[in-house]
Amino acid sequence: MSVDGPAVNGMSETARVARAALADVPPEPGASKPDPILTAIGVRRNFGGITAVDVDRVEVQRGSITALIGPNGAGKTTFFNLMTGFDKPDAGDWSFDGTPMDGVPSHRMAARGMVRTFQLTKSLTKLPVIENMKLGATDQRGERMWEGLIPSRWRAQEREIEARADALLKRFRLDHMRDEYAGSLSGGQRKLLEMARALMTNPTLVMLDEPMAGVNPALKQSLNDHVRGLRDEGMTVLFVEHDMDMVHDISDWVVVMAEGRVIAEGTPDDISSNPAVIDAYLGAHQGQSLLEGDE
Amino acid sequence: MDMGNVIENTASQFVGRNACVYAIAAIGLNVQFGYTGLLNFGQAAFMAAGAYGMGQTVSVMGISMWWGILLGIGYSIFLGLLMGIPTLRLRADYLAIVTIAVAEVIRLIVRSVKFRDTFGGTDGLKDFADSFQQVGADLGINPAETYGFWAFTFSGRDLWVLIVGWSLVAIFGVVVWLLMRSPWGRVLKAIREDEDAVRSLGKNVYSYKMQSLIFGGVIGTFAGMILALGTANVQPDNFSRDLTFFILTALVLGGVARVTGSIIGPMLFWALYAFLDSFLRELVADQPVRIGDTTLINSTQVGPIVFMMMGVLLVVLMAFRPQGLFGNRKEMAFDVR
Repeated sequence: MSVDGPAVNGMSETARVARAALADVPPEPGASKPDPILTAIGVRRNFGGITAVDVDRVEVQRGSITALIGPNGAGKTTFFNLMTGFDKPDAGDWSFDGTPMDGVPSHRMAARGMVRTFQLTKSLTKLPVIENMKLGATDQRGERMWEGLIPSRWRAQEREIEARADALLKRFRLDHMRDEYAGSLSGGQRKLLEMARALMTNPTLVMLDEPMAGVNPALKQSLNDHVRGLRDEGMTVLFVEHDMDMVHDISDWVVVMAEGRVIAEGTPDDISSNPAVIDAYLGAHQGQSLLEGDE
Repeated sequence: MDMGNVIENTASQFVGRNACVYAIAAIGLNVQFGYTGLLNFGQAAFMAAGAYGMGQTVSVMGISMWWGILLGIGYSIFLGLLMGIPTLRLRADYLAIVTIAVAEVIRLIVRSVKFRDTFGGTDGLKDFADSFQQVGADLGINPAETYGFWAFTFSGRDLWVLIVGWSLVAIFGVVVWLLMRSPWGRVLKAIREDEDAVRSLGKNVYSYKMQSLIFGGVIGTFAGMILALGTANVQPDNFSRDLTFFILTALVLGGVARVTGSIIGPMLFWALYAFLDSFLRELVADQPVRIGDTTLINSTQVGPIVFMMMGVLLVVLMAFRPQGLFGNRKEMAFDVR
């Protein structure tokens, strides 16, 4: 897997558009994007005396694939939890698609078009794969108790959902496992199922928490293609990842966190030559705060 | 020793009032525990809500017994909210602690001297079942006569209670079966596994858990009503912890997350109980069982020994068939991740 291969040849139209839009954005922390879908300002979260997240400003460009990287404990997952309502910040504002999301409970996020996956895969192992998928659809009539009792009220909608689920399963090459319990899938297949299930909500922003963790190398390339496919269909992707090959391969923009703060932003090429990032990952200034490290 | 007697008792308990009451309560508990994963250890409190709601109408409030159905449902919705509001946002174990505590508190309140005028204290409530029996009589079941054949011989009173009770089992069984095949049931089963995943897909997990707790509780309330109507009185100590755990045992025996399991489990539970009890009683009827000079069982020990034997049987069941008799092993076997 060559580092700059896909960036040069075979770049899709949407990828070109996304990169062109980000071309004029200065590679510095907190940079404003031309068309942000997600904006976080002054978001802070303390756990006891420790500040896990203290982000002054982050914007995610619509229609791009943005990677969120950083060493362990940098606050990436906490930041995800804050953005998706799974955790509440001590201070700060954030908005999605122009609407403030402060105080919106996590279960309202999906209806607004924001969906997330988890670092530890949460496929519902004791439900069949197809039921996992169908669960993802929003606004189901049959999910209201009284309507659920009367099959004729939800049958038609259920058939539509099932058709959509089958199409997605086919695209993610899980159709042969359709009726198996999700527990019988391999680790990589579970990642795929979780991603496919998230797509059932018809999201505009997909947030993937370590999509490559525990996935075997053979499957990684196809996962990359799936993530690119999301952008090519008009979705925005924000993902947390440690796999630098993947980050370099598919992301249009990279945000680097360390010790809860955003320490760098830029295109993948900017980032790989940024000394602050190299310090954060390799620890050139041991025992010294990363934020105070001289450039 | 009269084996015929043993078999008759067993057969009679298989379809008897206890099995019927437990089956209704277990269908409700199955919604909460089996499908949603809510550890409700207070099903006895929901049953008490139904029994007391019905009992209070005639003797305390002086209104028609039929209002007791609404009153009982109202009580159990209140109970569900009381237990659920503080705990359903927390981890599952907190619900278990709160439900078992609430059930005990309810029992202690209804049997207290302080509330004797409202709940009848330790004497309980009676004289409310007449209008219920009247309907049976109007339909041609004479309360004083006996009906049936062989082991299945019941007085008209009992027969009418059984007819209504088993009808409720059928109705609730079908309703729960339909619901669990619906998208609503799918959300519950998903919550049982991973709340966060369900939340991330845009479902209000808290609301679904509350619906499940109250719906299962209301079904349990009907079990309490049938119990009250069957015995024609309401006794506070009928609604102790034992009741909850026997129902849970019967449910696990039948198989959780299966409607058939929640109905046949209680029937088998009572048949098994009756079988062991009458068998041992027949065994020691003339003289205690002895080996040499050591007495193994005498007639006063039969009661506790029956429960010991049932306990052993359950342990064996859990070891070899953890999904219960009707459960689906793939879906239900305890997780070994």
